[in-house]
Amino acid sequence: MQRVWDRALEEGIPLSVQFDLTYRCNERCVHCYLDHDDHGELTTAEVKDVLDQLAGAGTLFLIFSGGELLLRKDFFELLAYARQRGFDVKLKTNAILLGEREADRIRDLGVRQVQISIYSHRSEVHDAITKVPGSLQRSLAAIRFLRGRGLHVLIANVLMRQNAGDYPHVRRLAEEMGVECTIDPTITPKMDGDTSILDLRLSAPQMLRVFTDKSLAGDGFCVPPSGTVDEEMLDARPCSAGHTACYVSPYGDVFPCVQFPLATGNLRRQRFEDVWHRSPQMNDVRAIRMRDLPTCSSCAFMSSCTRCPGLAYMEGNMRGPSSADCEKSQIRAVGASAAVHS
Amino acid sequence: MSPTYLVRATKIAARKVAGEMVILDAEDSSLYVLNAVGTAVWEAADGATPISSVVEAICHEYDVDAETAARDVDAFVAGLVAHRVLRVVDQPAVDREGRS
Repeated sequence: MQRVWDRALEEGIPLSVQFDLTYRCNERCVHCYLDHDDHGELTTAEVKDVLDQLAGAGTLFLIFSGGELLLRKDFFELLAYARQRGFDVKLKTNAILLGEREADRIRDLGVRQVQISIYSHRSEVHDAITKVPGSLQRSLAAIRFLRGRGLHVLIANVLMRQNAGDYPHVRRLAEEMGVECTIDPTITPKMDGDTSILDLRLSAPQMLRVFTDKSLAGDGFCVPPSGTVDEEMLDARPCSAGHTACYVSPYGDVFPCVQFPLATGNLRRQRFEDVWHRSPQMNDVRAIRMRDLPTCSSCAFMSSCTRCPGLAYMEGNMRGPSSADCEKSQIRAVGASAAVHS
Repeated sequence: MSPTYLVRATKIAARKVAGEMVILDAEDSSLYVLNAVGTAVWEAADGATPISSVVEAICHEYDVDAETAARDVDAFVAGLVAHRVLRVVDQPAVDREGRS
C-alpha cells in the first residue's frame, strides 16, 4: 500500500478525501467543533458532481462523515453513487438512526468500515457527552446489527476529562463485540475559532496515565520521544494534508484536512482540479517541509511529535507549533523518564 | 468455443492511480495493484467484452503472440477469480450500453 501512497504523492493525487455531507446532527456532543445549522448544503446533484470530479482526480479512499450523515434523506442514494463510481467508502456516524434495514443496505453497498463514536461503557457518561438519553444503547445496538452482517466496525473513543478513565472498559467492550477500537485525546477548537471546548481536554496527569499505559503500546500517540533528527526528517512533509488528502465540507468548501480550516476554494464556483492544483493556499501548504518550521525544526521532540499543522493554523500560524502537541510531547518525555527511573 | 466474459465483484473499490489499477476488497481489505496488462484486463471486465477481445487487444498493444497473451490473461484471471474479485460468465452480464 505504501507504494500506492508514494505514487500518489509523486503525481499529486488526492488519494483520500473526507467528505462531510451535513453538519446537522441528532446529538449535541459537548466537545464537537461544528455548528449544526444548515447553511446551504450541497444538493444531491451537486454532491454527485463532486464525486465525479473526485473520481476523475484519482481519489480512491472516501470517508463520508458529518454531522450525522443519516440525517440526509438522500444518504443511501449518495452512498450507492459513490460505490458505483468505484470509491472505497468508510462511514463515520453516531449510528443512533442505524437499524437493521440500514445495516442491510450498508452491507449490500460494500462499505468497508463503519466508525462509530462510543465515549464510555457507562450510559450516564456517554449520554451526558452526547446529550441524548439512550444514545449509548442505540449506538451499541447498531454495532451489533452491523457486526451481525459481517461488517467491519471501528469504535472511536475520544478522550476528555469526563471519560478519561473509561477507555479500558470501552476497549474491552469492543473486544467482546468483535470490533476494533481507537482512542484519541484530540479536542480541537470550534470551526468558528471558539476555544472554550478546549477546557475539556485531558489534564496533564490524565494524559500522562494514558501515555504510560502499557496496554496501549503501539498506538501512535504513545510513541516515546526520540532525540534523533536527520536530514530526511527535515525534508519531510508535515502530514498528508494537501498532498494526498483533503476535506470537502457540506457547502463545497475545500480544506487541506478536516482539522485544517484554511479555505482553499469552493466547488460551487470552481472545479475540484482547479482548487487542488492551483489554489495558492493549497500550494502554500504543499510547499512546507519540516525544516521550514522555525520552532519545531530545532525542537528536541521533533522526530516523535504528533504536531498537527491544522491545529497550528488554528493557533494563528501553520508554520508554528501546535501547543496541544507540544504538551503531549512534554508529557511523553515525562512518562519515558519515569519509566527509565522506575 | 463460446465466448466468455468477465464481471467485477460488487464489493470492490478500484481506481487507476498513476497508471496502475488499485483494487481494494471491502470484505477483507485485501489490496491488489495491477500492472499494465492486468489493468487492461480489469478495464475490459465490464460483463460485455469477450475475453477473446481482451487477448486480441493485448497481442496488438504488447506485440506478443496470441497463445502467450491468452496464457497470461488466463493466469491473471484465475488469480482474481480465486480471490472472488472477478467472475467469469458465459453470457454477457450487461449489454453494450452498460445495462445489467
